[in-house]
Amino acid sequence: MSRVQPLAGRAALVLLSLMALGACEREMRRFDTPPDNRSRPEAPRTSALQPAEARSDPVRMPAANGEGYDENAFSVAQGKRLYRWYNCNGCHAQGGGGMGPALTDDQWRYGSEPAQIFATIVQGRPNGMPSFGGHLSEDQVWQLTAYVRSMSGQLRKDVAPGRADSLQGREPEVGRDREPARPGSK
Amino acid sequence: MHALHDVFAPYGPQAGEVRALWLLTLVVCLIVFAAVLAALAIALWRAPRSGSDARSAPDLSGLRRPEPGTRRSVVAAVVASTLLLLVLIVASVFTDRALARLSTEGALRLEVTAHQWWWEVRYVEPQVADNFITANEIHVPTGRPVIVTLKADDVIHSFWVPSLAGKKDLIPGRTSTFHFRADHDGVYRGQCAEFCGFQHALMAFFVVADPPERYADWAAAQRHSASDALDEQQLRGRSVFLRSSCAMCHAIDGTSAQAVRGPNLTHVASRGTLAAGALANTPEDLKRWIADPQKIKPGTNMPASALSSEDMDALVGFLQALR
Amino acid sequence: MNAPDHAPRSRLKDGPGGGSREAAALDDTWRDPPGLLGWLAAVNHKSIARRFIVTTFAFFVAGGILALIMRLQLARPNAHIVGPDLYNQLFTMHGSTMMFLFAVPVMQAVAVYLVPLMLGTRSVAFPRLNAFAYWIFLFGGLMLYAAFAFNAGPDAGWFSYVPLAGPDYSPGKRVDFWAQMITFTELSALLEAIVIITTVFKLRAPGMTLNRIPLFVWAMMVTAFMVLFAMPSVMLASTMLIMDRLVGTHFYNPAEGGDVVLWQHLFWFFGHPEVYLIFLPGLGFLSAIIPTFAKRPIYGYTALVLALIATAFLAFGLWVHHMFAANLPELGKSFFTAASMLIAIPSAVQIFCWIATLGSGRLDFRTPLLFVLGFFFILVLGGMTGIMLASVPLDLQVHDTYFVVAHLHYVLIGGAVFPLFGAFYYWFPKFTGRLMSERLGRWNFWLFFIGFNAAFFPMHLLGFQGMPRRVYTYQAGLGWDGMNLIATIGAFVIALSVLLFIVNALRSLRRGVEAGDNPWGAGTLEWATASPPPPCNFYAIPVVHGREPLWVQPRVKSDGPEEGGQPAFTHVSGLAADARELLATTVLDARPDLRLNFPDPTIWPLVSAIAVTVLFIGSIFTPWAVVWGSIPIAIALTAWFWPRRPETLLHLSLERRP
Repeated sequence: MSRVQPLAGRAALVLLSLMALGACEREMRRFDTPPDNRSRPEAPRTSALQPAEARSDPVRMPAANGEGYDENAFSVAQGKRLYRWYNCNGCHAQGGGGMGPALTDDQWRYGSEPAQIFATIVQGRPNGMPSFGGHLSEDQVWQLTAYVRSMSGQLRKDVAPGRADSLQGREPEVGRDREPARPGSK
Repeated sequence: MHALHDVFAPYGPQAGEVRALWLLTLVVCLIVFAAVLAALAIALWRAPRSGSDARSAPDLSGLRRPEPGTRRSVVAAVVASTLLLLVLIVASVFTDRALARLSTEGALRLEVTAHQWWWEVRYVEPQVADNFITANEIHVPTGRPVIVTLKADDVIHSFWVPSLAGKKDLIPGRTSTFHFRADHDGVYRGQCAEFCGFQHALMAFFVVADPPERYADWAAAQRHSASDALDEQQLRGRSVFLRSSCAMCHAIDGTSAQAVRGPNLTHVASRGTLAAGALANTPEDLKRWIADPQKIKPGTNMPASALSSEDMDALVGFLQALR
Repeated sequence: MNAPDHAPRSRLKDGPGGGSREAAALDDTWRDPPGLLGWLAAVNHKSIARRFIVTTFAFFVAGGILALIMRLQLARPNAHIVGPDLYNQLFTMHGSTMMFLFAVPVMQAVAVYLVPLMLGTRSVAFPRLNAFAYWIFLFGGLMLYAAFAFNAGPDAGWFSYVPLAGPDYSPGKRVDFWAQMITFTELSALLEAIVIITTVFKLRAPGMTLNRIPLFVWAMMVTAFMVLFAMPSVMLASTMLIMDRLVGTHFYNPAEGGDVVLWQHLFWFFGHPEVYLIFLPGLGFLSAIIPTFAKRPIYGYTALVLALIATAFLAFGLWVHHMFAANLPELGKSFFTAASMLIAIPSAVQIFCWIATLGSGRLDFRTPLLFVLGFFFILVLGGMTGIMLASVPLDLQVHDTYFVVAHLHYVLIGGAVFPLFGAFYYWFPKFTGRLMSERLGRWNFWLFFIGFNAAFFPMHLLGFQGMPRRVYTYQAGLGWDGMNLIATIGAFVIALSVLLFIVNALRSLRRGVEAGDNPWGAGTLEWATASPPPPCNFYAIPVVHGREPLWVQPRVKSDGPEEGGQPAFTHVSGLAADARELLATTVLDARPDLRLNFPDPTIWPLVSAIAVTVLFIGSIFTPWAVVWGSIPIAIALTAWFWPRRPETLLHLSLERRP
């Protein structure tokens, strides 16, 4: 029986450390807005559509690959709120798509990496995706990126958001798994 | 902005009724409290001390003989307490009734929607074209009842102006109504009174009671869209507003900014405070707020703006022109 | 461990007093096994109760420290000691700790220690279940604090209103840890309630009719019945909340047919009886301490019992007074006004009976009585503000302001914590064999009393000045600065007094005056045995002839109880001294009924608690944990109940067929 005790102690320590790492990152509520990516190269806007009044300046590419956003539940929840506030639903529905492509499936025309989704949002894309660069802060774009990735089941289950307090079209993001690639689809 | 916010400084009939009930209740409760403490003090004074001798035998006479004197006192005390409680129950119900019977004839109608962490106020006029929206500051004509429809956009909040009336919760999924009347000119402070997240502490609002003519002038001004008569600096500021993240959430009537996610800014310069009572409405505070709202209200939903100082000055100049 | 050779032979029976061979055998039978494993496997009610009391007191201190940090932040306007996120966690943890991890469990813990002693028996009815309930409670509390340490502490208030606590507005796992802590602590409380009720009904000493049960035991029994009806409501509500958050149900989603107010109804249907769960044991303490220090039996025993029962029933009819500002019909709210005021009447009956007892007794002003007197001042004041809050129009002004914070602390600290401290000073000699220092006790009391009033009385005024609850800061110039500063100073004085209490307890453990069996000259059965009691509590089960058995020594002539006759029968004997055997009596009249065999110490309650903990914590992260987690629980419970051959043979050998 005395052999059990040291093992139990070490196991508990490992378990607690895992809980710690996971919990610390997941539960942070960051209120300092990170600085914008001024040092990154410019890129053109690839859509003529912009909200409110059009800006003429080029956009800037992302400075990183969204570290810290994909593991942070608060950021993903903020992204979910912004998705609703800025009417992404208008074209993408609740991820099922309509005028715009679906975001819950495995088809990513312009890439599903965080930096690629960031670029899609700020540059815009042909055939209807507006260019939001300069209209949203970089922090907001990263939050939206993290949320968009959660819609297709790419985030950890303990970080993905639960159901919204609204009419539901499909199961909440926390319950979604990655859809397999369907043969023959682009 | 200096404002009244005291339950004991009633400036309307609702708060007045409550104060009257409060005085009656206070008197009754003080009497009862004093009586109980007096009874205890007398009991402690009159009873002999036994000292700390554990061996002194207890007095078991109460087991053998009934104690009629004690029973009389206890029963009398219980009966007296019950009667006083009944008085208070009746007084409370009557006050409720009086509050429900206050007239709402000729009332002004408002619709307040609470958001995390600001108040959207929509004036509902008989003619739909006369409706207008403002935020965080409610103007009412003195002496006229106001019916407020209460809705919540996200979580439960509570609308409370202590000097005017009791509070009512704004609950998502439910619409409730309540009414009040300000009987004296003045500025009355209210605050959200149901825990609603990070900035529950700084979610205040103001009720400004004006004489009817001044109120009518204010309402007429609120119905106008933002003016186009702007100088070059202000035009630059307007362009900054529309091209930056501002227009994603805020509306200014008369421009292409028509989003409803944040407070309507068409007449922001006419308000006494900014950010739901957190800041005074001065250019310096406005600049601080726009540059980084998180420094003033950590957790708020408004993002920081990375504007150059010329753009910022122009923007603030434009906003200050929106009377 | 203690199971002797099972072959039938002449056995040792209890009956002879301390120092005899039988007494030594009894001690050996009932004592905990040695070593660390023995400590973990203990099922003796006093061992479990001791660690339970220490654990709840540790949570009390932790919750108090959280409150001190909050008061530091609020001492000045616009302070930057803690930001809104940490502050929200602080007040949520403070409320949850005090309500779920301290106030109710400490009362149950003290009851688990005292009730068997007061009833004249050797154990609680379900010793292993009792141990399991303690471990579940401990693991739930540790889980909550571990989550808090890792920034996952709940931050939506101890009452966790939806939609703020729902999936949309509380991202992450913070609220899930809170909801699961509810499951742990409410399970523990329900099991303890079952233990207490069964002990009181079936294990009383012969002659202890229902009419003769000590009032503290009545209070705990009534409380236990309330637990049975109240706890399921909050367990249901929190389970529904976890389901909304984890798997997307819509219980609280108005857009899909749910209702936000449903949470409030379910929570407060539990939440109002909860405060009476805390208050009623405090009343029980008073009914135990006052007769001893007034040296006379309590006046109005029957009225006091009926008052306890009436309070318990009425407590279930008050819950809407927490929801007066929500969108509910006015006439309905008036019913709850009336009920909320009427519940003052049974409490008034109790207060007047106690004053009558004090007034017609001979008073001994030692520390337990001081805390009782503190109760009278503080609780009655809190009751007065409660009457004010019961009225709908008044409540609509002061609801969710610091007026309510003041009220709740006056009734909870005055009504439960002051009696609890009095109870600690009163029963410490029984638990440990040593008296606590009177001098330090007086300092403790006065610092607590003054600090408490300094901390909480100004809050009444803050509420009237418009200061809402649960605010992490306030602006300057609103007139709230001075009173907040006074409240903070008062809070630190309270902390000092609690520190003094700890110092007093630790010093007295080592160097206190030896207490003897009955240092206060009290009348109830726990004072009829040594201090601390031997593992078996009593070497012979007493027979009871009155409400204060130690004060009543009846004598009988041949035709009935009378003065001047022979001393009446005072003990029964014949229970086994080398097996854990107890006497069960009938419910109403406590006539001897059965001899029951009680289980030996075993590690399986702890193992089962660990298995249940794994399931509960796992189900925060995935619903599959409910499925996989059931397997270890099934194994552990099977091992728990699996009959053991030596024990079974021993029990069979003790059976006697008529």
